[in-house]
Amino acid sequence: MAVPKPGEPVLLSGNEAMAYGALAAGARFYAGYPITPSTEIAEVMATELPRVGGKFIQMEDEIASLGAVIGASLCGLKSYTATSGPGFSLMQEHIGYAAMAEVPCVIIDVMRGGPSTGLPTKTSQSDVMQAKYGSHGDYPSIALTPSSVLECFTLTVRAFNLSEKYRAPVILLSDEIVGHMREKVVLPDPSQLEVINRAKPTVPPEWYEHYQDSVTGMSPMANFGEGYRFHVTGLTHDVYGFPTERREEIAALMEKFKNKEIHNTRDLTMVEEYFLADAKVCIFAYGSVARSAKQAVKILRRNGVRAGMLRPQIVWPFPKLPVENMLEKVSHVLVPEMNVGQLRKEVERLSCTDRAKVQGLNVLDSSFITAEQIVDRVREIRARHRHVGEYVNG
Amino acid sequence: MKDTALSMDITPKVAIRLSGTGGQGLLLAGRILAEAAAIYDGLNVVQSNSYGPEARGGASRSEVVMSRGEVDDLRCRTFDILICLSQKACDSYYADLMERGILIVDSTNVAVVPTSRAVEVPMTKMAVEECGDRMTTNIIALGVLCGYSGVVTLKALNSALQSSLRKDLLERNKKALKLGYDAGKEIAERTPDKKRSGLRDFSFIREPAPAGKDHRKNGRGKVHAVAG
Repeated sequence: MAVPKPGEPVLLSGNEAMAYGALAAGARFYAGYPITPSTEIAEVMATELPRVGGKFIQMEDEIASLGAVIGASLCGLKSYTATSGPGFSLMQEHIGYAAMAEVPCVIIDVMRGGPSTGLPTKTSQSDVMQAKYGSHGDYPSIALTPSSVLECFTLTVRAFNLSEKYRAPVILLSDEIVGHMREKVVLPDPSQLEVINRAKPTVPPEWYEHYQDSVTGMSPMANFGEGYRFHVTGLTHDVYGFPTERREEIAALMEKFKNKEIHNTRDLTMVEEYFLADAKVCIFAYGSVARSAKQAVKILRRNGVRAGMLRPQIVWPFPKLPVENMLEKVSHVLVPEMNVGQLRKEVERLSCTDRAKVQGLNVLDSSFITAEQIVDRVREIRARHRHVGEYVNG
Repeated sequence: MKDTALSMDITPKVAIRLSGTGGQGLLLAGRILAEAAAIYDGLNVVQSNSYGPEARGGASRSEVVMSRGEVDDLRCRTFDILICLSQKACDSYYADLMERGILIVDSTNVAVVPTSRAVEVPMTKMAVEECGDRMTTNIIALGVLCGYSGVVTLKALNSALQSSLRKDLLERNKKALKLGYDAGKEIAERTPDKKRSGLRDFSFIREPAPAGKDHRKNGRGKVHAVAG
């Protein structure tokens, strides 16, 4: 299958759209180890990358895959890999390495049922916390969750942009349903896409600091072979990349990692608000489940319930401000998730004064959460609270 | 706000499940059906698959939801049309068929049908005897679906076949599609109105419903009234 022409309707799966999104963002290197339900991404890359002068390598495992991706990125190619839960676990070591060495790269995790080998062909959202805390140490985590085929394309472009901009590993959390479903999409024209490339050093090589200290956490990056000298290591390092144990240098490096999240909150916040303005009940959902949530809002509104939806497109860093604003306005929050409630706990944390108003709808049997289930649960919550007189009018 | 709420997209949908055993080509059929509806009939479509870890022999199914409006049902609980190519699929999924929904079965494999209203066509037998290729069973099924229910046009299916199949396979699959279409159409025509009238009418998918008309009164069952 050829790369679909922009501007024309095509039927694509989420995985295919991610692969085309990566190409559009300028990805020219892919190293991976095939795993259901992410394999289609590797398949498209194996066909398409050589055609645009890129490289595709099937590695011996996922640890090596991300190693190769980091190496290629250091040499200047936009690089990425795709996997699912078991492979994502193996990649954690190198995700930490990429964060420490500040190497831009994108890791797609098409979530499936776990733990361990789990359910290869069934859906799940149980890697959300792993995307944040999977590797050891305090490092900046950026993760995006597409919920439609079109978003698989656009958010992949965004993921590459963020990784290039912040020189950090960026994780795309898809799931089996989003990855395998097909939808009609019209891909945007390349001229309409914002594509960000890593900032280049403006200083002569002898002045170059590969890990330059910066308040925003961002710093220019030279590629290997361009005449700029630097050292790459997983050890805590100074601005040239050489290991250090000096406290002020350690502190500066850790501060820089923190600043990537703290000083760029606006850029790293991406949420969709759907009928939230006057909502009394908010459904906080992401990924495939957000589609059911949207449908549920329509059904509830049609039945006179003032429901709305808040959907983070970037889940990490957690969208603190929009969630806090929402918590102030609504009486109840329902967080439907196909896991034990990983993000619900984050929402609860922000509503520390009234944790009871945050409830989960958690499905762990590999089935999808449908709009009807969400509607039923919202009705249940409303009925319970109306009974004790807490719930007034809609 | 109330007005905005009421103007939200609640266009009716058609949910179709194609089911059988791994190896019968259900995933491909679902994809062709989705492409026909989305690209050539211009509808909005969500198509999804469900299969076990094994390549052949396990349960396999493909689902297509189509609408003139937005589709947000990535998975459905109940279906308007159920196509079963194996007895096991028919036994397990008949319960998911909506009230007054259409059941289409491959009578070569499905000996026991749960309803007298089932559309029975010996698809595998036709594929082997008339197309000379067992692999065309899935396309015959699409033909029957098209001929009997009209949710998708024959022209769109033909175009989708053209774009999805290898050239050397095209001829026999087009023949299979026509065979299925004729069989479906014939059954629809010979079924007495009395028996058919209870079944769902899907004409809304071809032309937009008149403005302001509530689709729930237009041949949609109670189950779907809740589902929107």
